[in-house]
Amino acid sequence: MDLTMFLSVIIGAIFINNFILSKFLGLCSFIGISKETKPALYMGISVTFVTTCASIITWAIYNFILVPCHIEYLRTISFILVIASFVQFVEMVIKKFSQALYRTLGIYLPLITVNCAVLGVAVLNSEMFFRPGISALTSFVLSALQGFCVGLGYILVMLLMSGIRERLELCDVPKSFKDAPISFIIASLMSMAFMGFSGFRF
Amino acid sequence: MKKLFKEFFKGIGSENPTFRLVLGLCPTLAVSTSVINGLGMGVAATFVLIGSNVIISLVRKSIPDQIRIPCFIVIIATFVTIVELTMKAYAPELSKALGIFVPLIVVNCIVLGRAEAFACKENVFNSMADALGMGVGFTLALLLISAIREILGNGTLFGLLIVKSYEPVLYLVLAPGALLVIGLLIGGINFLARKRSAA
Amino acid sequence: MNKLTVSSSPHIKSNQTTKNIMWTVVWSLVPAGIAGIYIFGISSLKVMILCILSCVFTEALFLKFRNRDPKTVLDGSAILTGLLLAYNLPPQIPLWIPVIGGVVSIVLGKQIFGGLGQNIFNPALVGRAFLQISWPVYMTTWKSPRWWPDAVSSATPLAKEVNVHFSYMDLFLGNRAGSLGEVCVIALIIGALFLLITKIISLHIPLSFIGTVGVITWVFGKDGFFKGDFIFNIMAGGLTLGAFFMATDYVISPLTKKGKIVFGIGCGVLTAIIRLRGSYPEGVCYAILFMNAAVPIIDRFTKTKKYGLTTSTA
Repeated sequence: MDLTMFLSVIIGAIFINNFILSKFLGLCSFIGISKETKPALYMGISVTFVTTCASIITWAIYNFILVPCHIEYLRTISFILVIASFVQFVEMVIKKFSQALYRTLGIYLPLITVNCAVLGVAVLNSEMFFRPGISALTSFVLSALQGFCVGLGYILVMLLMSGIRERLELCDVPKSFKDAPISFIIASLMSMAFMGFSGFRF
Repeated sequence: MKKLFKEFFKGIGSENPTFRLVLGLCPTLAVSTSVINGLGMGVAATFVLIGSNVIISLVRKSIPDQIRIPCFIVIIATFVTIVELTMKAYAPELSKALGIFVPLIVVNCIVLGRAEAFACKENVFNSMADALGMGVGFTLALLLISAIREILGNGTLFGLLIVKSYEPVLYLVLAPGALLVIGLLIGGINFLARKRSAA
Repeated sequence: MNKLTVSSSPHIKSNQTTKNIMWTVVWSLVPAGIAGIYIFGISSLKVMILCILSCVFTEALFLKFRNRDPKTVLDGSAILTGLLLAYNLPPQIPLWIPVIGGVVSIVLGKQIFGGLGQNIFNPALVGRAFLQISWPVYMTTWKSPRWWPDAVSSATPLAKEVNVHFSYMDLFLGNRAGSLGEVCVIALIIGALFLLITKIISLHIPLSFIGTVGVITWVFGKDGFFKGDFIFNIMAGGLTLGAFFMATDYVISPLTKKGKIVFGIGCGVLTAIIRLRGSYPEGVCYAILFMNAAVPIIDRFTKTKKYGLTTSTA
């Protein structure tokens, strides 16, 4: 197992190909929930949890069922069903074990099902790590790792954005640009800053 | 009949999914680097929208309420898979250009949003008009953004060079540019809408 | 007639109005500007003038559009932005680029957020990064100092394929290719000293910024540890300009001393990483922009406790 491969996945997922600012996955929740820091952080943690687990489960399905039976075209349907069921399951578990946690996170969990980032990383994993020359174990570890780091990148951007938006409440933004438009412009400038990481050599 | 037209046009104008409802942004920003890609995605999404809306509307009475979201997802995913495979077979270049965003139509907020908000409550004809309106509105929005990005950021339209000595603004065809264009467009449209309602 | 004036705080006034601060910074940048014109010729002056005019006009137009008083452009902040933007550009760039840069700096970097004091990112750097991403070839075509023979390639010291050897004195005095305001380190230091003496900036950010770049490039600079040429890295590129004049901007840097140091270290780490491992030769611009985005979060976690609060509020 190559160390540079791991590093490139980690740095790639968090900075270079950040899912929100570079690949535009997870944008709807980004614009919608990044207004305050606390909800943004909770959403970020929930998303990270789901992306990591979803990466693992979808890897297993792809590796043990879809590929051997040559039914890769069922990827989309099977992945999204798995993700939706998993999120539903997590919601039930949290509801049973911690009412307080359920109340804080409750509304975000269903939203994660349609978060492009979750299905996105599952599909990305299936395309990046299933090539000849990559052993099953490596592909598993890399998939899980990428799922986790995508979540970390998501948390990073959510935190930065929520801090900025909280501050923006006090600013004299033109009325037509309040909320969505100025958030996009800020995201554009943040994305520009993140471009400094492009072309990283390991 | 009049109601049908109303449903159709609201998707293009007052409830345009991209500019007014701010839904389905992920593919909008990612594929709008050229008009052809934008058009391809718009057509694909419209197909999925119409197909899923019609089917969901037809079976709306028989779906139990608790599992309606997973049912919608299965129906939508089926149509997406059809589109995915058709594109791979008949338009491989487009399929490669659109990449993972074709399967991601499944979680496109527009598709699921319309199913949840409309198709499961209204009859088939209204649902179809709504789907068509939303799809066309989405496609038009995509075309507008792609045109701006391709003409100003690449100097081409449909891949053909427009003005030879133009120095394209590379910023616009890259990630930050997409966010900038949509921010400015939504802001501009908000401004025009406010002026209109004030007049 | 009234001997009693009733007004709200602040009641203690000092000489430091916004106008004064802005103009003082502008004056402190003059030595570097003169050096830029001397080293690279009249094209530097053209770029500087165009940037300033573009910024000032754009701001006046925008203010007029929003029904605010356009005369506030004379507070010096637009001029400062124009000057800083010019200092970040290659001296012989096609003249329409500074104009566009000025517009972008003012509109996207400042006015869309509500104007002075409300922006998140350094306006000059917003403009510069926009230009760099949009027209990378123009933004990396450098001109050598006037007295170099034409045959010598004009690569900057930080460019990966450098076949000209730069001595420390070369870097210090500005005997090298580069952006028109960044090359003459001594002129910048004179200006920075002026700002430090007038207490407009403090040493926290520049020292932590430059220090971190030095340490990291020393440790990781060449193969093997602790062999990097940190003096070279400190003086090459736009580090002096960035650390003293752009990272220290009040609006977009943290409020507390602790926050400032964190900010400086963050900028330093990012600059060093981009210089050592990224594909851009110069990292200062992106590092500062990134840390600008982090300032609200840094403030949140380093803020001093509010007077009177006993329980912690999130």
